[in-house]
Amino acid sequence: MVLIAAALYAVYQKDLLYAVIATGVISLALTGLFLVLQAPDVALTEAAIGVALTTIIFIITIRNTVRYEDEKDKK
Amino acid sequence: MQECTAVRSCNLGIKTLYFSMDTTELIRIGVYGTSILLILIGLYAVLTKRSLIKIIIGLSIIDGGIHLLLIGIGYIKNGTAPIFSPGSENAVARMVDPVPQALVLTAIVIGFGVTAVALSLVIRLYRHHNTLKIDEIKNLKW
Amino acid sequence: MKKAIVIFLLAVFGFFLAVTFLDPEFEIDRNRNGVKNVYLEKTVSELGTANTVTAIVVNFRGFDTLGEVTVLFLAATALGSILFKKRHHIGDRTVLIPASSIVSAGAKLIFPAIILLGAYVFIHGHLTPGGGFQGGTIIATGFLLMLIAYRDFSISHNILSVIESFAGIGFVVFGLLGFMNGGTFLQNFMGTGVLNDLISGGVIPIIYILVGFKVAAELTGLIYTILHEKG
Repeated sequence: MVLIAAALYAVYQKDLLYAVIATGVISLALTGLFLVLQAPDVALTEAAIGVALTTIIFIITIRNTVRYEDEKDKK
Repeated sequence: MQECTAVRSCNLGIKTLYFSMDTTELIRIGVYGTSILLILIGLYAVLTKRSLIKIIIGLSIIDGGIHLLLIGIGYIKNGTAPIFSPGSENAVARMVDPVPQALVLTAIVIGFGVTAVALSLVIRLYRHHNTLKIDEIKNLKW
Repeated sequence: MKKAIVIFLLAVFGFFLAVTFLDPEFEIDRNRNGVKNVYLEKTVSELGTANTVTAIVVNFRGFDTLGEVTVLFLAATALGSILFKKRHHIGDRTVLIPASSIVSAGAKLIFPAIILLGAYVFIHGHLTPGGGFQGGTIIATGFLLMLIAYRDFSISHNILSVIESFAGIGFVVFGLLGFMNGGTFLQNFMGTGVLNDLISGGVIPIIYILVGFKVAAELTGLIYTILHEKG
């Protein structure tokens, strides 16, 4: 499913910017699953916090530190 | 008193093969299996990876898996959301469980707080050691 | 070699988790005589709110909400105190490259709509799905959009601190008022109106509005602190 593919991509990718976008995709798919399981309050909270705020905080951290996992992977 | 784990797992395997065409079993294996796989993938990232930001991404994935597991436990077949509307005040018997939803609401907010504080520590560590791999940070200590 | 050991241990752990959770029956009401039925039946008769999750979070288990608000406050304070060195002054540029004109024009149009949506969500917390936490984070997302689109958008840090402190004090004051009027902490001491009215449910909407203000101010301050960081 989409969740497991995005999780494997987030773990194995060397470019950290793509990994945090995959984490945002995981949160988005979790929001859809929470709606199917009849929980609208939890879906609203996960959509607002997991997709927007967590991704932004990760991107600001990457801006102030390294971009790639190893230094020799810059292409 | 339940049997030991090996016997239960054999029974589970036989039951899964027998009911593999039932919709309920498919949904159950789908929700629980996805959440358990998410927890395992997150744990693998925390245990194996070298860069600190990857480890914190793994923590975030573990959080998502646990929340999905908790809400999956409180689901009832053909249930509705636990909100009353004018005209449906007697439909208590078919509402899903509202207690895990309240717990997961708190857990999501606190998980975000933990991630934010952890990332501020990462920024501080980078400014001090100028690298983010945990091998070299440990070597710089001695 | 080390990865093989890790994968083997994770397989054993996953096997135990699967046997525990895949065995009992799914989608069947297991807690037929548990706490769930008491909560679902008491929400309409005693409290007069329509949203059960709001009633649980604010009234039945309101002490946990007080703890969560404290944890959020501690997280914002810890973040502000760890990154204390080399911070910009208010009024410096936050982003290096100015955003494109589409983002700038669109942000100015969408920002009031986002604030309105967030306020609607946390004022109607007891009637529709939503509440203080959801509405607060939606408002914080609106402020984040304005911070990214414009390079010199600034919010005074003092106003955010004052709003956050007053909202937190208001929560505890309402709990103590319940103490003095009724029996216990956070007891419902105002009358419950008609179901599905805007002013119904006693003290629950007021507490949730205060929580919404506090969460919005806190998360905006957190984003603002981590954005004005000079590397």
